[in-house]
Amino acid sequence: MHTTRKRNFSATFALLPTWFAAIVVYIGTMVWSIRLSFTDSTLFPSSNYVGFAQYVKLFSSAKWLASLHNVLIFGVLYVGGCLVLGFLLAAALDRKIRFENAFRTIFLYPYAMSFVVTGLIWQWMLNPTLGIQASVRSLGWETFVLDWVVNRNMAIYALVLAGIWQGAGLVMVIALAGMRGIEAEQWKAARIDGIPVWRIYVSIILPQLGPALAAAGMLLAMGVIKTYDIVVAMTNGGPGNSTEVPAKFIMDNLFGRQNLGLATAGATVLVLSVIIAVAPFRYAMYMRNRPKGAA
Amino acid sequence: MNKKMKLFLAGVALVATLAPVHAEDKPTIEIMSSWTSGGESAALNVIKTEFEKRGGVWKDSSIAGFGAADAAFQNRIVAGDAPGAKQGVIGLAAADFVNQSLMNPIADVAAAGKWADALPKSIYDLISYNGEVYLAPTGAHGESWVFYSKQAFEKAGIAEEPKSWDEFFAGLDKLKAAGIVPVAWGGQPWQQTKVFNMILLSRVGIDGFLKIYVDKDKSEASVEGVKKTLEILGKLRGYVDDGAAGRNWNDATAMVITGKAGVQFMGDWAKGEFTVAGKEAGKDYGCMITPESPGMVYIADSIWFPKTANAETDNAQKLLAEVVMDPAVQLEFSLKKGSVPMRSDVDKSKLDVCARKGLELMTAGNIVPDQAIVLTPQQVGLLDDFVDEYWSSGSQDAVSGAENFFSIFE
Repeated sequence: MHTTRKRNFSATFALLPTWFAAIVVYIGTMVWSIRLSFTDSTLFPSSNYVGFAQYVKLFSSAKWLASLHNVLIFGVLYVGGCLVLGFLLAAALDRKIRFENAFRTIFLYPYAMSFVVTGLIWQWMLNPTLGIQASVRSLGWETFVLDWVVNRNMAIYALVLAGIWQGAGLVMVIALAGMRGIEAEQWKAARIDGIPVWRIYVSIILPQLGPALAAAGMLLAMGVIKTYDIVVAMTNGGPGNSTEVPAKFIMDNLFGRQNLGLATAGATVLVLSVIIAVAPFRYAMYMRNRPKGAA
Repeated sequence: MNKKMKLFLAGVALVATLAPVHAEDKPTIEIMSSWTSGGESAALNVIKTEFEKRGGVWKDSSIAGFGAADAAFQNRIVAGDAPGAKQGVIGLAAADFVNQSLMNPIADVAAAGKWADALPKSIYDLISYNGEVYLAPTGAHGESWVFYSKQAFEKAGIAEEPKSWDEFFAGLDKLKAAGIVPVAWGGQPWQQTKVFNMILLSRVGIDGFLKIYVDKDKSEASVEGVKKTLEILGKLRGYVDDGAAGRNWNDATAMVITGKAGVQFMGDWAKGEFTVAGKEAGKDYGCMITPESPGMVYIADSIWFPKTANAETDNAQKLLAEVVMDPAVQLEFSLKKGSVPMRSDVDKSKLDVCARKGLELMTAGNIVPDQAIVLTPQQVGLLDDFVDEYWSSGSQDAVSGAENFFSIFE
């Protein structure tokens, strides 16, 4: 008993710097930002409190509402698309094909690129006067149209496309690692029963990959909230509000528009929505793990 | 002993090699600007060359993109690591920094150089805050320009500059028929707002423009003026190419330079691009004020001098302020950048046709300030949103658009 406490003490002592960083850097700045969102700060922090005025302004701003709408579309399609494509790629590589290493590298390669580079490449490819459209037209197909980045209705899907291109490789690697961990016996058993291959993947492999895919999905979802650089590189929020995202809205107001109050209000809303989305999930995990811990 | 002696000698040798570096205490300045395009950096280089000639050391921290440079600057200010100088517009944009006493006044340089006599009064007022001069103006830009390719006009059979909007649109139709992109459009919010303002000035006149932006007047006449402006803006949508969305201004200028496009609405900094490409005003390309416009929208650049708590930098700032306002530098800078010199006492004969046109309007007082001078950055942002949304939504509803316009001042 005594030794345990002693060990705990030294562990706590060793963790002190981390605690300090967590409290001051993360929680401290968060509290500071939330405080600012209730003031009329413009370029510099002020302490003139205005209640919820910034939030009222925020939610009457068409741009902010558009950005929430956009990030929702982007998030669902991006995470979903990456998971589906990543799983399919992993399943394909799992079939013990030739040059597996080469393919794995190729598929994972985009993930090593920054979003800015990804965004620029896709912006060029989808730009009607420079990219695929121009090349196809110069080959003779004069009516070919592929103008996603400049088309208001399609620009958000251009972002999704570029995002999936980049992120699917990560899911593939995680899923492939999971598949390699599945015992060969299961395969043999399923073969003997004469179950078709696709059915084995859907009904046997997929359920076992649950935790791996959940982890991959979580990683991607965190990226969605922070989506900024790919938008700036590809469309800069345009045309109009069609690809505006919350992080960009916040950055614009923080710097270009010298509107600290509104920017911090946006950031606060973002933090709250993340907490609301994550809390039930964390709670479920906690409940599931508790019996083990108690035993 | 011997060993110690060796060490000592080595130390002396080391100090001797390092000493000259330390002995020079030249006034050093780090300047942050967004002047990175061909014409812009050539202009900045004029100031740099003269600054170095007078014994200064120049450190360039230029960042492409006005917004990006501003963001970096604010970060540095907040972090207490302000650069020695920052390029920025005159007027309200700098007001917050000055009021928070983050800027060094350069009143003594201004007094010694008799800036009050050399500058137009309106400019002198806009670089002074609370009665003291804080900014060193580099040049003014006219923003009511339509640049056109003479080659494209010839090909389309347009004999002379259109005088009215009707003639203008007739010209655009001809360009379209000749297979040329009629308007080289830069589909970024700030550029679109500039076009909006040019058209607005041509619809409501100088007094009407000032009423709207300075007095925030929402009378019948103002609303009607905005409505007419939106109608023309909406009509222009039919004359741009597919790749317009998000295009940089200098890429749009390049389209006019190469004759791929007919006209571009832009501030006169676009001339810098023409000059770099070896094109001559009045010969290869033409410049006209927006049709039916009684004057010109202008913006003025300046150098800001943040407080750095470093006496050496303070001296360098004073030297830079002197250099910027030097008559020869002002002229050379304007030639390179395509702007109009701020000083009224420079040699006008060297200016090109366009700059002389602009200077005429300026001396006659037929100018109105750009929104960045008279609106707060928050309002400027909302104006950008408004114009961008109208332009890219394809809305034909100019009436309710005109009503919405005035909400940016609330």
